[in-house]
Amino acid sequence: MDAVSRAVESFYGLTTAWGIPWLIPALVIMTIVVSIILGYISVAAMFLIWWERKISAHIQVRFGPMRVGGWHGWAQSIADGLKLLLKEDIIPSRADKVVFVLAPVVVFAAALAGYVTIPFGPGLIVRDLNIGILYMVAISSLTVVGIVMAGWSSNNKYATLGALRSAAQAVSYEVPLVLSLLGPVILAGTMSMGRLVDAQGGTWLGFLPRWYVFPQIVGFLVYFTCALAECNRLPFDIPEAESELVAGFHVEYSGMRFAIFFLAEYANMFAVAAIATTMFLGGWQGPLTTQLPLIGVLWFLLKCYFLIFVMMWLRWTLNRLRVDQLMDFAWKVLLPIAFANLVITSLVVAL
Amino acid sequence: MTVQLGIFYILAAFVVWAAAIVVLGKNIVRAAVALIFTFCGMAALYVLLDAEFLAAVQVLIYVGGITILLLFAIMLTSGISSVTARVVNEQTPFSAIAAIGLLLGLIYASTRGNAAMAAPPRLPETAPFLGRLLLTTYALPFEAVSILLLAAMVGAIVLARKE
Repeated sequence: MDAVSRAVESFYGLTTAWGIPWLIPALVIMTIVVSIILGYISVAAMFLIWWERKISAHIQVRFGPMRVGGWHGWAQSIADGLKLLLKEDIIPSRADKVVFVLAPVVVFAAALAGYVTIPFGPGLIVRDLNIGILYMVAISSLTVVGIVMAGWSSNNKYATLGALRSAAQAVSYEVPLVLSLLGPVILAGTMSMGRLVDAQGGTWLGFLPRWYVFPQIVGFLVYFTCALAECNRLPFDIPEAESELVAGFHVEYSGMRFAIFFLAEYANMFAVAAIATTMFLGGWQGPLTTQLPLIGVLWFLLKCYFLIFVMMWLRWTLNRLRVDQLMDFAWKVLLPIAFANLVITSLVVAL
Repeated sequence: MTVQLGIFYILAAFVVWAAAIVVLGKNIVRAAVALIFTFCGMAALYVLLDAEFLAAVQVLIYVGGITILLLFAIMLTSGISSVTARVVNEQTPFSAIAAIGLLLGLIYASTRGNAAMAAPPRLPETAPFLGRLLLTTYALPFEAVSILLLAAMVGAIVLARKE
């Protein structure tokens, strides 16, 4: 967005005219940007929680929340959030207190840091790093660290089991995930999120949008499967399997700390949907973006929320996998497919 | 430049503090958690040196992979997390001499030595250059490392297999 960058530049110009060192306006702008992202994450997560409850209810032929706020219980998440805020914050007496307190912070910081390189619209990206997608993948791998910290520090066997399962799952699924993302990177010849979206503008044969999901359909399916596993969503939710582990790694958390885990989970869902949209579905590309750049934001959010809807749909449709099936699937099915996809893509590009 | 220097000192202090917990901590899981923070601080130092690719790979491999495996191994070893690890052993004098020698050598090198660390030309993007170098000039070391890793993997499988 030109208007945003012009406003930032004039702000810098104004402060240098007043003789203020550049660090202070830089910090002010960073704070504003982080506040916007935090506000977006909170509102989006509350909407997603309400949405998930409604979708699950409709799949199970019931209504879900209907009363709070009037129209279809739209204020249910706000009420839940306030309730969690007011609840007592309990730390188990045998827990490792420092690690216990730090764990939700690590999980949420990892989820938040990924939003730096999400291209929400034309030019509407916090920082278009030239290693964008690698940065996203690296940062999202930090979530597991927080989960393992939470599971171990709780001093609870269910929590520790959940953390162990989560670590094994994340390490296994990260390999095919990164390999499947390399397809679009090879096609576009860049890792920057902004340039990846630019490369997907226009059409093939006049009608088919130039999205990488068409040549990279295998990569997209592998990525989406691995992304479900990275978010600990069903059918890959063995780290928090309710029927086996009570609630998995966050069983000892209550009140606001639990809410932060919950918030981070939904923030992560949006982040993986945003990566899939950027890499495979053309990001903000769509009709009318050249005339009206702001409509790109709408296209981007529509694509993201469609993918999130598919994730919720799968959650309430599929069964949970067993631990050994999960590992077999990652190493014996997804990894060979991802490798074959990578080799074929690079061969085609080289020819 | 002064702001960068300030950020460097903050990061360096953070890395040293986390590394001290890794070495001096009596609780092995806490040491592993502190190791994660050390690696994150190192990645931030790489960013300060304009090596963003290296920083991202550091986080991806060391934080997301190696320390997770480390924590995994610690948790699978029964009862190890409640045992307090021994921080020092009987070789303290020798290691103290070695450490002081290294410190003196580093001080000498950074004050008297050649200015080998002259600022390199800034590259707009490091990843393509790294890729090109790894597949042309440094292809042989790259392949050698690959074979080493493959041998380690085969060895691990042989060790882990029950006959």
